[in-house]
Amino acid sequence: MYSYNDFDAAFVAERNRQFRAQVERRIDGSLTEDEFKPLRLMNGLYLQLHAYMLRVAIPYGTLNSAQMDQLAFIADKFDKGYGHFTTRQNIQYNWPKLNEVPDILEALADVEMHALQTSGNTIRNVTADHFAGAAADEIADPRPVAELLRQWSTDHPEFQFLPRKFKIAVTGSPNDRAVTRAHDIGLRMVQNDAGENGFEVIVGGGLGRTPMVGKVIRDFLPVADLLAYVEAIVSVYNLLGRRDNKYKARIKITVHENGLETIRDMVESRFEQIKPGFTGFDQGLLAQIEHAFATPAFKAASTDGYEAARLANPAFRSWTDTNLTAHKNDGYAIVSVSIKKHGQTPGDATSDQMRALAQIARDYGHDELRISHEQNVILPHVHKSDLPAIYAALREADLATANIGLVSDIIACPGMDYCALATARSIPVAQQIATRFDELKVEHDVGPLKIKISGCINACGHHHVGHIGILGLDRAGVENYQITLGGDGTEDTHIGERAGPGFAYDEIVPAIERLVLGYLDLRTDPEETFLQTFRRLGADPFKAILYPAKEAQNAA
Amino acid sequence: MPRTFTPKVVTANALLEGDAVWLTEDNTWTRDMAKAELLTDEAHAELRLLEAAGRQDEIAGPYLADAKATDDGPAPTHFREDFRTRGPSNYNHGKQAEV
Repeated sequence: MYSYNDFDAAFVAERNRQFRAQVERRIDGSLTEDEFKPLRLMNGLYLQLHAYMLRVAIPYGTLNSAQMDQLAFIADKFDKGYGHFTTRQNIQYNWPKLNEVPDILEALADVEMHALQTSGNTIRNVTADHFAGAAADEIADPRPVAELLRQWSTDHPEFQFLPRKFKIAVTGSPNDRAVTRAHDIGLRMVQNDAGENGFEVIVGGGLGRTPMVGKVIRDFLPVADLLAYVEAIVSVYNLLGRRDNKYKARIKITVHENGLETIRDMVESRFEQIKPGFTGFDQGLLAQIEHAFATPAFKAASTDGYEAARLANPAFRSWTDTNLTAHKNDGYAIVSVSIKKHGQTPGDATSDQMRALAQIARDYGHDELRISHEQNVILPHVHKSDLPAIYAALREADLATANIGLVSDIIACPGMDYCALATARSIPVAQQIATRFDELKVEHDVGPLKIKISGCINACGHHHVGHIGILGLDRAGVENYQITLGGDGTEDTHIGERAGPGFAYDEIVPAIERLVLGYLDLRTDPEETFLQTFRRLGADPFKAILYPAKEAQNAA
Repeated sequence: MPRTFTPKVVTANALLEGDAVWLTEDNTWTRDMAKAELLTDEAHAELRLLEAAGRQDEIAGPYLADAKATDDGPAPTHFREDFRTRGPSNYNHGKQAEV
């Protein structure tokens, strides 16, 4: 893992010192809220419905056990004993007090973490494939590039006042687990005919009010040109992006309005202009960073015990069936720890659970943890012989739910239970869907299905790319939920289509139940997933299930 | 006919804790909406909002929220404002836990 050098540590300390003084001036009344707001947002501090909220970056989703322990410490000392992992690989604290936030930021700096640029119209936390450095299907670990981008974008003088926020995601695998096509810039590692690594550069993706699938602006960009090229894109956007209308300010609109060809010409021209300025310092830095992300020293041991435990314990077997992913080392596995126990808040972990995860990472996981955009925690490097012990430790911490990728593994934004922007609640809808399908005992039969819930049009819950998406709205002073169908956030990114009229708060869970159980009758065999069935049949049979009365009316 | 004015309360977030507070008739901030001043006159409501906005060292983000008169005092009319009087629905945190 990357460790801060003296520059990083001094920079974060200085920013924290500045913010402490700003908070003091706000509290004594020298700064108005209007003056203070942009300053607090630069440091990840929001003011929500019931309290302040501090959004802490977990760069490219990677953290070590000491950092996880510190997140637990902060949750206990300054918050209500838990934290919320978000869809952008951040952690949010929902109850900090303004006068204590500077202390929290110092506690974060002690373990080389910060909340910089987790808000505001800047380049946000760079996200990456949560299986980076471990996945069997990976070309190369994308995190060194993500760290390079973090350093380059942090306090970049040209990009502190962009037209709007700017999100970058990186993946090193052909199977896209980082939703790169729904980001302002997506970087997907590919190899050219000569076998060299480079990036397919995707631009102008995004969800929110106007969902758009990103477009390829460069088929193959050599790794050495990455920083100059990304800088060229952001530079063109900074000049061209609209500042007259907040809803048209993201780069997806800039690309849409100007056309990909125009943007490409401008980016290439800017790239040629600034490229000579990149004289190799960044590549030297990248080499150092790559060194920090060296593959751990994997152990060689027998996996017989693992196979025997699978045979002996059906609950363990079920968990290994759903929560493991192939590792690049045959003796190893990637463990996805579900933070979605049925009925619990998606992405919320207690301080005890954080400490348990940190201990497991220390004992069995080469000291590494990841946060996925699907709001789960990953142990990326686990030898299979240790899986029974890990499972036992997870059970002890109430973290052994076997539901990764299933109906109850729901992404949900905080919604109107916390968020000041929300138009409806998301969390209770997710809790009730998970609880209901647990009662029905059908989720393993239903198989892979991604439900994603957003509590407003901004789509933090990625509902557009859910196989089933749920969008909570305020319709005439009442919560109302729209369903979208057939979305997909992988390399085949697809925006879901709206099924029809929305459902009231007490109708949405029965509607989802009808939809999922109805799919069981539509699929050709248990191997055909919800998404495959939807693609084969189209939306009509699913709409008929959702709106039976209307169908009966049409037939009459 | 002049349009009828929906009664309002002045509400904001407390500066240090960030939780919801409401302006009372005697110019204090209360955490119990029922104790807030119900504003039934538009001009008076605008004036009270301006006065509240001047108290930057106590609160952040004051605004006028719709409210209705009840026997117990002012009550919310919209679910968002209703949530602000209680707290989140997933945990017993916030105002509902302080009662």
